[in-house]
Amino acid sequence: MKSNIELIKNGKRLDGRKNDELRPIKIEAGVLHRAEGSCYLEWGGNKVLVAVYGPREAVPRHTQNPLRAIVNAKYNMAAFSVDDRKRPGPDRRSREISKVISEALENIILLEKFPRASIDVNIEILDAEAGTRCAGLTAAGVALVDAGIPMRDIPVACAAGKIDGQVVLDLGKEEDNFGQADLPIAIAPRTGEILLLQMDGHLTQNEFDTALDLAIKGCKDIAELQKEAILEKYQKNMEV
Amino acid sequence: MPITAEIKKDYIVKLAKNGKRADNRKLDEFRNIKIETGIIKKAEGSAKVTIGNTQVIAGIKMDLGDPYPDAPDSGVMTTAAELIPMASPDFESGPPDQEAIELARVVDRGIRESKIIDVDKLCIIPSEKVWMVFIDIHILDYDGNLFDAASLAALAALMTAKVPVERLKPMLEKLQDKYPVIEKYLNEHQKDFPLPLSDPPISCTSAKFNGTLIMDPSLDEELIAEARLTVATDTKGDIRAMQKGLNGSFTVDEIKKVIKSSVDNGKKIREQLYKSVGK
Repeated sequence: MKSNIELIKNGKRLDGRKNDELRPIKIEAGVLHRAEGSCYLEWGGNKVLVAVYGPREAVPRHTQNPLRAIVNAKYNMAAFSVDDRKRPGPDRRSREISKVISEALENIILLEKFPRASIDVNIEILDAEAGTRCAGLTAAGVALVDAGIPMRDIPVACAAGKIDGQVVLDLGKEEDNFGQADLPIAIAPRTGEILLLQMDGHLTQNEFDTALDLAIKGCKDIAELQKEAILEKYQKNMEV
Repeated sequence: MPITAEIKKDYIVKLAKNGKRADNRKLDEFRNIKIETGIIKKAEGSAKVTIGNTQVIAGIKMDLGDPYPDAPDSGVMTTAAELIPMASPDFESGPPDQEAIELARVVDRGIRESKIIDVDKLCIIPSEKVWMVFIDIHILDYDGNLFDAASLAALAALMTAKVPVERLKPMLEKLQDKYPVIEKYLNEHQKDFPLPLSDPPISCTSAKFNGTLIMDPSLDEELIAEARLTVATDTKGDIRAMQKGLNGSFTVDEIKKVIKSSVDNGKKIREQLYKSVGK
């Protein structure tokens, strides 16, 4: 989509951020009673809630893997989370996002410990404003820790992109609609391995390198917030 | 199908015989209720209601649409409820099941039949264009009594909703070529305005097991309940809607007792609702 809006003015973006600056992020672990693990996350105008169930017997039975657990992430947008009401239920977009998130999480969870089981990760987008898949995956990382699922690392996601010819971190709403490229990634912050990568738009190889570096840096900053949220919940409980 | 352990059932029944409950409530007492409004920016109105550990979000979206042929001058409203797998290990994803449909229909009736929304004021061009109001209810955490949580969330969301004239102005102006009369409507409604509403009835749900009546059942109590009764009462204490559920029965005296305690609890909940929406 082309537009005439200037996305960068006097070195500042529409919402006043610098090129390498994240939107404000707030993470809270363990917010639901029924779920085994949960996380509420606000990221700019995004509001995301994640609940984890399992490991439990995978159903239907034919989905079971006798050697390891399967991860069943479900990304779902609330009908009221977008400008024009979204019809409830999964569409092609949310099915694809569910798949790439499930795959990213399978990489990092110690699946061999739970043969024939499923680990269900329910991601609900309550309010949407660009970057919901990164917000969902980041919240899923915290909810999995809260559920006590053994993992090699806490997965974290963040996007970089290109607007007005410049590479920037964490696209906002207009930047996502009218920008030239979007590159969401998820990493294991300890090793830097890339667990999820998608790109659409147009980037030169140099721009890609810059964008990837920027996104990885963003992920690492967010990883600190994830750890704080987990400590906040468990340290407080320990002190009582 | 969720199963309750016999030992838990015995415990709850024994407590109830002595007028007690597992969470120290009185038999006719609600759990703590929390109402937050305006939590979803993208929605025209929204609310999160917490009753004990049960959490529900309701969001209102509005759009332009065609009226029903049998009510050409009235706006249209629809209610949908999603029992998403997040809320309970027993909920599955997929199209709404019986339970979700009963929930949505009871909430829908409570709002539609009590005529809380003045749908005649939601007409833009008679027989052609009206406002459509979508009430979507998301169950986030299920610890019993979804009926009351869902209807309270829907009410709080409606009471804080604004008709999105400004967002849909381009579409309304486009309609002007076909229907010139719309100019008058646009002149009269330049800014977003609150939904035209009247005083809502408040619904209170009771359950019965082993001859004991309790108000606002928690999940454990709901699972052993033989009968359930939801009563919605208005500001005057008149009854505006009822729904009995499950295969147990009530005596006439029990029904009268439930109605009385629904009026008492409804009054308190209404005050809290008004306070939370700033009315």
